[in-house]
This record gives sequence, C-alpha cells and structure tokens, in this order.
Amino acid sequence: MIELISSMVPDALAAHAPALLIAIPMLMAPIAAFMPSGRIAWILSILATGFSLVMAIVLVSQVQSIEGGAVISYAMGGWRPDAGIEFRIDALNSMILLLVSTIGFLAAIFSWPTVLAEIREAKTAMFYSAYLVCFTGLAGVASTGDAFNLFVFLEISSIATYVLVALGASRDRRALPAAGNYLLLGTIGASFFVVGVGFLYAATGTLNMAELAIRLEAVQDNKAVLAGYAFIVVGLGIKAAMFPLHQWLPNAYAYSPSFVTMFLAATATKVALYALVRFLFTVFGLEFAFEGSTLIWILMPMGIAAMIACSFQAVFQTDVRRTLAYSSVAQVGYMLLGISIGTAAGVSAGLFHLVNHALIKGALFMALAGVVLTYQGTSLQDMRGLGRSSPWTMTAFAIGAVSLIGVPLTAGFQSKYVLVTALFEHGWWWAVAVVMFSSLLAVVYMGRILEAVFFRAPTNPNKRHKEAPLLILIPLWILALANIWVGVQGGFVAGLADGAAASLFIGGAS
Amino acid sequence: MSGEFAIAAALILPLLIAAGIWLVGRIPDLREGVTLVGAGALFFVAITIALRVSAGEATELSLGEAVPGLEFAFRAEPLGALFAVVASGLWIVNSFYSIGYMRGNRERNQTRFYMCFAIALFGAMGVALSANLFTLFVFYEILTLSTYPLVAHKGDANAQRGARIYLMTLLGTSIGFLLVAVIWTGALAGSLDFVPGGLLQQAEGLTPVVASALLILFAFGVGKAALMPFHFWLPNAMVAPTPVSALLHAVAVVKAGVFTILKVAIYVFGEEILNATASREFILGVACFTIVVASLVAMTKDNLKARLAYSTVAQLAYVTCGAMLADPAGFMGGSLQIAAHAVGKITLFMCAGAIYVATGKQNISEMRGLGKRMPLIFIAFLIASLSIIGIPPLAGDWPKYELMQGAADAGLDYVPYILIISSLLNIAYLLPIPILALMPPPGSGEPAPYKRPGGAPMLTVAAPCFTALLCFIMFFTVGPISDFLEPATGERVPSAYMTTAGGQP
Repeated sequence: MIELISSMVPDALAAHAPALLIAIPMLMAPIAAFMPSGRIAWILSILATGFSLVMAIVLVSQVQSIEGGAVISYAMGGWRPDAGIEFRIDALNSMILLLVSTIGFLAAIFSWPTVLAEIREAKTAMFYSAYLVCFTGLAGVASTGDAFNLFVFLEISSIATYVLVALGASRDRRALPAAGNYLLLGTIGASFFVVGVGFLYAATGTLNMAELAIRLEAVQDNKAVLAGYAFIVVGLGIKAAMFPLHQWLPNAYAYSPSFVTMFLAATATKVALYALVRFLFTVFGLEFAFEGSTLIWILMPMGIAAMIACSFQAVFQTDVRRTLAYSSVAQVGYMLLGISIGTAAGVSAGLFHLVNHALIKGALFMALAGVVLTYQGTSLQDMRGLGRSSPWTMTAFAIGAVSLIGVPLTAGFQSKYVLVTALFEHGWWWAVAVVMFSSLLAVVYMGRILEAVFFRAPTNPNKRHKEAPLLILIPLWILALANIWVGVQGGFVAGLADGAAASLFIGGAS
Repeated sequence: MSGEFAIAAALILPLLIAAGIWLVGRIPDLREGVTLVGAGALFFVAITIALRVSAGEATELSLGEAVPGLEFAFRAEPLGALFAVVASGLWIVNSFYSIGYMRGNRERNQTRFYMCFAIALFGAMGVALSANLFTLFVFYEILTLSTYPLVAHKGDANAQRGARIYLMTLLGTSIGFLLVAVIWTGALAGSLDFVPGGLLQQAEGLTPVVASALLILFAFGVGKAALMPFHFWLPNAMVAPTPVSALLHAVAVVKAGVFTILKVAIYVFGEEILNATASREFILGVACFTIVVASLVAMTKDNLKARLAYSTVAQLAYVTCGAMLADPAGFMGGSLQIAAHAVGKITLFMCAGAIYVATGKQNISEMRGLGKRMPLIFIAFLIASLSIIGIPPLAGDWPKYELMQGAADAGLDYVPYILIISSLLNIAYLLPIPILALMPPPGSGEPAPYKRPGGAPMLTVAAPCFTALLCFIMFFTVGPISDFLEPATGERVPSAYMTTAGGQP
C-alpha cells in the first residue's frame, strides 16, 4: 500500500517531499486563522495534515527503497548543508514522521465534534490554526538535521501547545494553571536545550547534526561539550516527560480540550523522545565517554522509577484522564528502559513501543473524547455502565486498554515481548521483573476502569444509548484495529523500528 | 480430511458456533441445537486429529508470524490430541446437561453463557494443538478472558468478587511468571517450538541455576494448574453456575493448566534436562504438599462444590507430580490423569448441580437420605468417587498406578506414600456423601422435599450417569490410550516384575 500511494505522487512533488511536508501545514496555519468559519478551517487542517501524511508515506518508501535504509538529504532553499539548513531523513526520521502525520491526520478528522462542543465558536478557526502550527513544529523536529533549527521547531510546537492547552479553560478553568505550569517547565526545557546547543556550537563551530557528530569526536573531553551534553539531555528530558521531570504532564493532559489531549499524548512526548535518541546516538554516539554512564545511571533508573512510581500513581487516580496521563509517563519509562540498554535490539524495542504507545493512547484518549462529548465527565463514577450505553466506543476503548496492559494479540504485547527479549539478551533479568510488575499495575489500573465500564450499573439513569458520533468512531476504530493489526501482523511496524535502530548504529554519524 | 484442514476446523468451529449462537440467540431451541450440533462436529474433528496422530501423519498448520520469531503455529501430538478429544467430547455431554440445568434454574443471559462457553472451547482447542509456547500462551489467555464472564454469570456481589479473584490470579501469574518464562526460554533457546526431547537442549549456556529458575517460573506461572499457593482462585470460581464448574473447572480450564505443565516438562525441558534441574524436586515437593493439604482442607468443607473444588486442586497436583517425576511412567500417569480425572470430576460436579436444581441444597449435611429421592444421581456420584479414589475397575485406578511406577523408577520413595495417603483422604471426604445419602443412619429423618416440582430435569440426571459409565469404559480401554500416548511420553522401562506378572496396561 505504501508503494501504491507513493507511486501515485508525481515526481516533482516527491523530490521536495521533506520541505512540502512542513511547508504546507505551515502555510495553511495563517490561512486557517483568517477563515470566517471554523468548519472551513477544520477542512483545511484535514487537507494539510492529509497532504503531510502522503508526503510521509513517500519518504518512508524512498528510505526503504535501498537495503539498509537510504538517507535523504534535502538542502532548504538550495543552501549547502554546512551553510544553510539541512533536512535529513533516514529510517528513524521517516518512521517518526509517518507516526506524527498519521496521528495528526486522524486527529484532525475526529476533532470537529469535540471542538464544536468544547471551544467557543469565535475561536475555532484560531484553534485550528494553532493546531496546524503545533503539527508543523512536531513534524519539523522530526525532519530537520540542524540542531538550532530543531530548537526552533520545538518551540514552535510548544508555544502552539500552550495555547491549545489553555483553550481548555472554557470547559474547565483548571486548564489555565495547567497551561501556565506547562509553559514554565516547557520553556525551561527549551532554554536548557538551546544553551546546550550553544555550548556545542562554541566547541565545534557547526550546528549541522551530522557535522557535529564528526567534529565532536575530536573534542570529547572538552568541558563545554560535557556541559552542553548535560543541558541537552535534561532539556529534552523535560519535553519528553522523563521521570521526575514530568510534573507538567498530568494536569496538561487532564484539563486541555479532549482533542488536544489525544494529539499530545500520541505525538508530543514521542517527538521529544525522538530528539533525545537522535542526540544520544547520532550526535554524541556511544563512544562519547559520558554516554554509557548516562544510559546506565540516568535513563535506566529514571525509566524504572517512572514505570513503578507513575503506575502506582495511576492506580490511585479517580479521573480516568489522569490515570491515563500517569500511565503515559510510566510508558515513557518503558521506552527509556529500552533505549538505555544501548544495543540495537534495545533501541528498536524502545522505538517499537513508542509507535505502539502512540496507537494505544491515541485510541484511549479518542474514546474518552467521545465520553466527554456525550456524558461530560471522565471520573471513574461517570464511566460506570457505559459499556451498555455506548458499546462501540467502549469496545474500542477496551481494545486500547488490553493493548496497554499487554495482552497477547495486541500491539502492547508485541513491544513488551521485544523489550523483554532485549533485556534478557543483555542479561538484565531483574529489569524484566520490573517490567512485569509494572504490567501488573497496568492490569490493576486499567482493570478498574474496564470493570466500571462493563460490569457496573450506570450511576446516572439517563445514560441510554448515546454513542459517540461517527466522526469520532471511525478514526477511533482505525486506531483500535491498528492495535490488533500490529498485534497479529506486527512485521511492518517492527521492521520500521528495527530499521530505525539499525540506522542509528550502523550508519552512525554518516 | 487433510491435516491443515482438520486443525483449522478445530479452531474455527467453536468460533462459528459462538457466532451461530449469537445469531439465533432469541430462539432458545435453535440456539441449543447450534451448540449440540457444533459440539458433535468438533468432537468428530478432534477424533479425526487423534486418528491422524496415531497413524503418524503430520498434522500441522501455520498462520504466519506476528513479529519475527513469534509464529502462530499448530501441530497435533498425542498429548494434545488426547486433551482435545476429552474437552470436546465432554463438551457434548455437558451441553446436554447445561440445557437441563440452565432452564431448570431459569438463569438469565443464557445466550451470553453459551457463547462464552464456545469461545472457551476455542481457547482450549488452541492450547491443545499449539506448536509453540507463544501460541500456547495466547490461547491460554483467551481461555482466561473468555471464562471470566462465565464465572461472574450471576452478577451479584459474591460472583463479582469470585470472578475478580479468578481473573486477577490467572492473569497475574501468567503475565508475572509464565510470560517471563516463555520469553526467557526464547532468549535462551532462540526458538519457542515444542521439540520432542526438549527445546532447551538447543540452549547454549543453560546453567542449572537458570534452568531451576525457569522451571519455578513455569510451574507457578501456570496458575490454572492450581499449585499451592496459587490454588485459591479455583474454590472462588465455584460461584459460577455448575455446568461451568463441571466443564471448565474440572476439564477445560484446569486441564489446560496441567496440560501446559506436562507439555513444558516433555517438550521444553525434556526428560534429561528436567532430571538435572535442581528445582524439580522442589516443585515435586510442592505438588505432594498440595495433594495432601488440599485433601485435608476438602474434608473441612460442608459446601459440596467447595469440597469438590479442593478435591480438584489435589487431583491436579497429581499431574504436576507426574510431570516432575521426569520419567516415562510419570509422564504417562500425568497424561492418563488428565482424562481419568476429567470424566470422574465432571460426574461429581454434574451430580452436585442436579441436586441443587432439584432441592436447592448445597451443603453436604443437608443431603442425608436424599438418595431415596434421587438414587441415580447418588449412584453416579458413588461410582465417580470410587474412580477418583482409584479403585478398579474404574478409570482413576490407572493414573495412580502409573504414578507409583514412575516414582519407583525415579527412586523417589516418599511419593507412593503420598499417593496412598491421598487415596485414604479421598475415601474420607468423598465416600460419606453418597453413602449417607443412599443409606442414611436410622432416625435421620425424612430428606428435604424437592424445591422444583418434578425434581431434577431428565437431562441433568442422564448426563452424569453417562459419564459415570465412561469411568468404567475407560478402565478397559486404557491399553489403546496408553499406546496412543507412548510416542509423547517415551517408552516405559519394563521392570522384571512387570514382565513376569504382565500387569502393565
């Protein structure tokens, strides 16, 4: 299917796919802002993200056209990479781009009913504009090959996100402090990152990431490089909600508009994590003296702490959105654990889980958006008996839930399996015990919700048949079935993750 | 019927039945017709598979890989074929019984009940025919999840509590231990396939410590085998309607557990490695402990189903015990116990259910003299009890015989004593029930009147009588059955005594 779609795209477009993927949504954003009605802005954003999705598919097929994965270098504006900005797409970038644009497209389709219900009508056009800016930023982070440009895109997406989160205020006033909190921590993270990039620039005189990787080898022991390294890891750690830098996340997820929650949960932390992986493995590389100890003494313990602590916190939440938010931090822990193994198999497991978790949380938050739309609340009480009144929404929710737990035949099982295998091969059998314990906690916190949904009598007698609208149900079921598809025939996604990890290790800096 | 087709049919039929039940759910007679015809067809398919296996024809099916290294593959071998035949055959009997029970008791949500039953059989078939640990694990979980609604069927607080314990214990042990063991095995051996002689033979760097840890993870990870201390889900699952207890918690679910243990012992560890694994003796000890303690607990229970549940815990440990003896006779004993205990225990449960439908009584103390009203039920109960105890000429005799033989071959002297003590305890907690019912001591008063006019429905009486008869038949057909199983268990060593006395089946 990838081949089919990419063969239908004219060559003239395909040659500029990396630029167009970013440019079209970026240009559409101001246009959407001036549209007289939100509906037109909505359609524009579907078109823009859909176009990006096609471009991402083209890129994936271009990268996969060569055994071992091609590297597409695209010089922005025709400037040579060392002078201008280079977009650099390899197996890892193309995988993240495909993920972001797929989720972005589905999110755009599903957004209309919830935006109509949760955002004041005068603001809907602006809302979609902000969404497109956010999408542009995330896609930009995932495609640029320039360290400073990465910072710019990161900030573009973050600033748009602060706006999007704050717009939840018309539903729940607590969105404002949540957005403020996010703004503060997000800005600190971004500042750390840019300070780190500054140090690297001072030491090497380049901002191009491929070039950085080569020049850094010579100045490994330079104190400025070490400081830059620390700033970058912490800065991106905040953005990726690495434990214990995740405090902004639960509130931001719980109080922002349902659509924003869904989009952020499936993409934002994933893209930041991508940037972290890019810096750890491409720019600095495993030979970098500090890195081995970072993996073992920072990423791995933090990952494990997140898996345990945040899973426990998830168990004790009464609001389902907060449960899922804490669970997200815990799941980031799984990815960090995989990455911290530092082998191709480990990184591949981490990336595989990254994609699967986007599918899982996307489906779960979409289903919750349907619940918010029809029943207003998302506390555990509100969820009671929904299995009878809205079976389609809740069945998709249940598929996401069992996938999160890691029941066989779902995506979540596959990535946990791959992760545990990588752990065993590396001899970290005690980490396996942690993974399993954390999975059991997932059984508890998702089991509580599922029990309320399917086995409790509704507390509010008005809950008769009230299914979410089709615009929500269709993308929701696409994601839910994707979970099963990956669980039964996971070769495609696992192949993407394998290729991406391999490109980090074999290709290295080149 | 080609091998691939037979296996595909065994897997698809239960799903078709479930779909059919859902489609015609509004017309009860038609719905039950679908169950019965489907169960008959499934039994036929299972027999076909067994015949192919005994003829030595390859019966395999591969459905492709989920991710590289994790393949959905099925291969029939003697042990699995036996399990498939037992489960599908008893499903027919149990379906007749269910119809009588569910209608006689006027239970609600019968369509969901029959559907879940069919899906549970789908899980059991998958477990029986799986060709690797991954496939087995997947179907093991399907079996757990599909039986949860059955345990919670009544829907009251008690049923929900029991069902939650059921689900949490089985999911918890399987994810926490079994899955780890499976993945670890995969990482060690580079494959998950069941290999005659033992998959772990391929494993490089398998130290005795690792093997010991693996065996412990497997033994406790298979929560369905109800090894102490993970046995408590079974008594709690007795809140389910009796047909569920009868087929699932005496046959399909628990037998899937001990079947997995046997399969792991024979095809993952293999006789040789298992004998060299230190924790084997530990698990054997746990199994013996379970046999004795569960029997003792059973004696204290006045609720009939609770007593039978603890009896099941004890009897399941026989199979684990056989697997841990790690010699052909032990494996044979364990395998025969799967079939023999199935027919015996399903009879006992069906009798308990028939008594409940007719009189509403659940406690043993209230059943004195009830044999006058329901003689057939209590005679069937008596026969099945004798079979569980292990008295010839009843099916339950052979497994105990083989287990003792296996223990003697392995040089484990204490095991036969455990088995003898267990038999004595069986007598103490099972026999008084039918005897006091059939021959009440003078002056114990008239038995309670029927709650339901007309007593137990005809089907709920006929079914246990039939399975009681099976206990007799299996005693005499054990020769062909053990010949059938021999390729899986390995050839038993004929001792000097055996060859002269000619007592081996």
